[in-house]
Amino acid sequence: MKKTFRYAGMFVLVTGTIVIACSKDINDRTANLPPLEPASTDIDAGTWKPVLLASPDEIQVPAPIPTNVPDYVAQINEIKATQADLSDEEKGIVKYWSAGGILRWNEILRELVAKHNLPPYQNEDGTYPAPSATNPLAYPQFPFANPPYAARAYAYVSAAQYDALVAAWHYKKLYNRKAPYNVDSSLKVLINRSELPSYPSEDAVIAGAAAEMMKLLFPGDQDYIQKKAEEHRRSRIISGANVRSDLEAGEALGKAVAQRFVARARTDRAGVAGGNPAMWKKLEDDCIARGETPWYSLEVPKRPPMLPAFGVVKPFLFDSLTTIALRPGPPPPVASQKMKDETKEIYDYVKNPTREQIRIVHYWADGVGTYTPPGHWDAIAAEDFIKKNFSEVRWARNMALLNMSLMDAAIVCWDTKMFYFNPRPTQLDPAIKTTTGIPNFPAYISGHSTFSGAAATILGYIIPDRASAYTAMAAEASLSRMYGGIHYRSDCEIGIETGNKVGNYAIERAKTDGAD
Amino acid sequence: MKSKYLTACMLLSGMLFHSVTRGQTEVDAIMMNKTQFCAGFMYNYSKWDEYWEGTLKRNNLNLGDVSSQSVMFMANYGITDKLNVMVGAPYVWTKASAGTLKGLDGVQDISLNVKWKPYTKVFGKNKLQLLLVGGVSTPLSDYVIDYLPLSIGLGSTNVTGRLMIDYVHTSRFFATGSAAYVWRSNVKLDRTSYFDTELHSTNEVKMPDAASFQLRTGYRGKYLIAEALLSNWTTLGGFDITRNNMPFPSNKMNSTSAGVNAKYTLKQHTNLSFLGGGGYVIHGRNSGQAFNVNAGIFYALYFNKKLDKNNFNQ
Repeated sequence: MKKTFRYAGMFVLVTGTIVIACSKDINDRTANLPPLEPASTDIDAGTWKPVLLASPDEIQVPAPIPTNVPDYVAQINEIKATQADLSDEEKGIVKYWSAGGILRWNEILRELVAKHNLPPYQNEDGTYPAPSATNPLAYPQFPFANPPYAARAYAYVSAAQYDALVAAWHYKKLYNRKAPYNVDSSLKVLINRSELPSYPSEDAVIAGAAAEMMKLLFPGDQDYIQKKAEEHRRSRIISGANVRSDLEAGEALGKAVAQRFVARARTDRAGVAGGNPAMWKKLEDDCIARGETPWYSLEVPKRPPMLPAFGVVKPFLFDSLTTIALRPGPPPPVASQKMKDETKEIYDYVKNPTREQIRIVHYWADGVGTYTPPGHWDAIAAEDFIKKNFSEVRWARNMALLNMSLMDAAIVCWDTKMFYFNPRPTQLDPAIKTTTGIPNFPAYISGHSTFSGAAATILGYIIPDRASAYTAMAAEASLSRMYGGIHYRSDCEIGIETGNKVGNYAIERAKTDGAD
Repeated sequence: MKSKYLTACMLLSGMLFHSVTRGQTEVDAIMMNKTQFCAGFMYNYSKWDEYWEGTLKRNNLNLGDVSSQSVMFMANYGITDKLNVMVGAPYVWTKASAGTLKGLDGVQDISLNVKWKPYTKVFGKNKLQLLLVGGVSTPLSDYVIDYLPLSIGLGSTNVTGRLMIDYVHTSRFFATGSAAYVWRSNVKLDRTSYFDTELHSTNEVKMPDAASFQLRTGYRGKYLIAEALLSNWTTLGGFDITRNNMPFPSNKMNSTSAGVNAKYTLKQHTNLSFLGGGGYVIHGRNSGQAFNVNAGIFYALYFNKKLDKNNFNQ
């Protein structure tokens, strides 16, 4: 019996130690960032070339009140009153937002994309319901944030923030109002001090532009978005970085600029990208008329192709004629030996995949319920941008370049997919079982490859010492689709090439926008 | 009475989204005597076509029937009459009958359990026993976990503590009730980010702990054991699968299942036993409504012949 107790005691001790030793807290990679400390204020960013605005002063921002009048002093006192008794929650808010407004709103956008990246469940009759922007909370919720939708969302929010910040920098330099802590040295400062003029507040500009743009893109999540915007502005009062009039002017400017982008978005043809049954049939018929085997949906019940008219959406970096000019030549004919060989190659990959191959498939899958491949590239970029200590306006410019590339890559890719309407490997050989979901649209060219080719190209320009790493990542993302059994080699190789071409348009823009 | 030791090698299986293959020995009240050893294999087949997406019951035409098979090796050794140690490890295969997703297979988790019977009280024709079981299980291979419902397991290292009360009547009818707390380690995905109810920029997933309950009753005879059981697994935390989304390792996976088990030991050759059983999930959440059957064969070795093996069975 004594022995029994000894064994039992040892056992309890061992298991107890294991339980206690392993904390279950998880650490997000961007949860504990230091406050942004820009290497340069980029004080002349008001002269950088905007995307939509004709000039940085297209939106009027009134001159601020002087810093020696009672109204301004009252605003300073608002900061002091707030700072008098700071809660842990308030300190947490400052810590979160001071890492960078462009970063945080990009993360929020990625979160909303992931939340909404869910294909609608079928109707009783085997058709599929479409989400409605006018009734976003009814099932299926609006939007279905699939990769093209997401690419466009990232591009509009980033570009709107960039234009709004170019305008903000114009007025910052023009009015040259000092930051509150440079006016009243008795203020506590919970962020890194800067010589950048504080009016209008760049943080309020970023939040205002994002919130206004996201009203259109995520109309069912307004509570959450407005709460974040309000918290972002509040972080600037708590931290002593801005007085209320800095924030009010910034918010108004951000919103006004975003409204230009909202107007563009309403007429960029994305609203009709879902097509209609007649169009879906025509894509199939046209493919047959060319003597080819058309793609069909491998879902049960068959689902219409994802946003088949996305190829005619108005791009940011070039015009729609260029979309067509960038369309690559046809894939190998289905009946050709080359296509048979490529199909066999995919079968060989999926027959007995290695653990490493599945890891690569899942690392890059970015499928249902995720922030999509464009969001993945935003995450990759953001984590590198953090290390570069960019100013907010440079963050915005680089994110805009990346996301305009990704959106335009989606446009060119979707135009190509629907033009050729080429089947997936599993359609040609049902023995090909996949280790990730088969996207519900034609194969040629691979979306992941096109996105990745575009992203790696522009990111390699922005951060040249990471260029070869980006190229390697793009190659792996592309290859992951072959390992997963959902794309042929032609889809991937031509996809990367086409993406690179789109990325080059972003480089051309970057070279002349005044930022480099 | 050799047959009792063999019962100690039964299994229960396959009730949640992942193909859980749990040893049954740590959930029953049967002890092996000192120096006695038994080992064998159990085969299990489970299948579901309907599942609970959160609390919504549905099917999925792009999965069809989701099935898993496993072959589990188990061994049980009596360190003393009141202290047993058990190990087990299954090989698991998964498959979906419809859609295009490839099934996976591999070695799943090794489990080590220690069962201790610190207290026995006999009153009249009745006997009451208290048992404590502690266990650890951990993946034996780097299998894919983020591919539900076709992953072969959830990938967490689990530490389980179970309290069990067993009642036996001299007529050989018995009832056993047990409750366990399962501490589960976090798991790591192949991707760098995921959304559960918010976005996480990490590959690490916080796994909610779980509770496990079981009631079993029936006849525990010299050569035949037949019993009915009711099992519940409740995840203490976690989140529901959103509409038409895929399952995720840290979902709130709950399930209650009913089943039967039988074991027969050959009279002519008491070292050899055959086991069989089946079960069905009667209620669940973020779980498949699985039906399962199992069968096994076990062989016992008696290292110390002097021991009295004919004492009151159980």
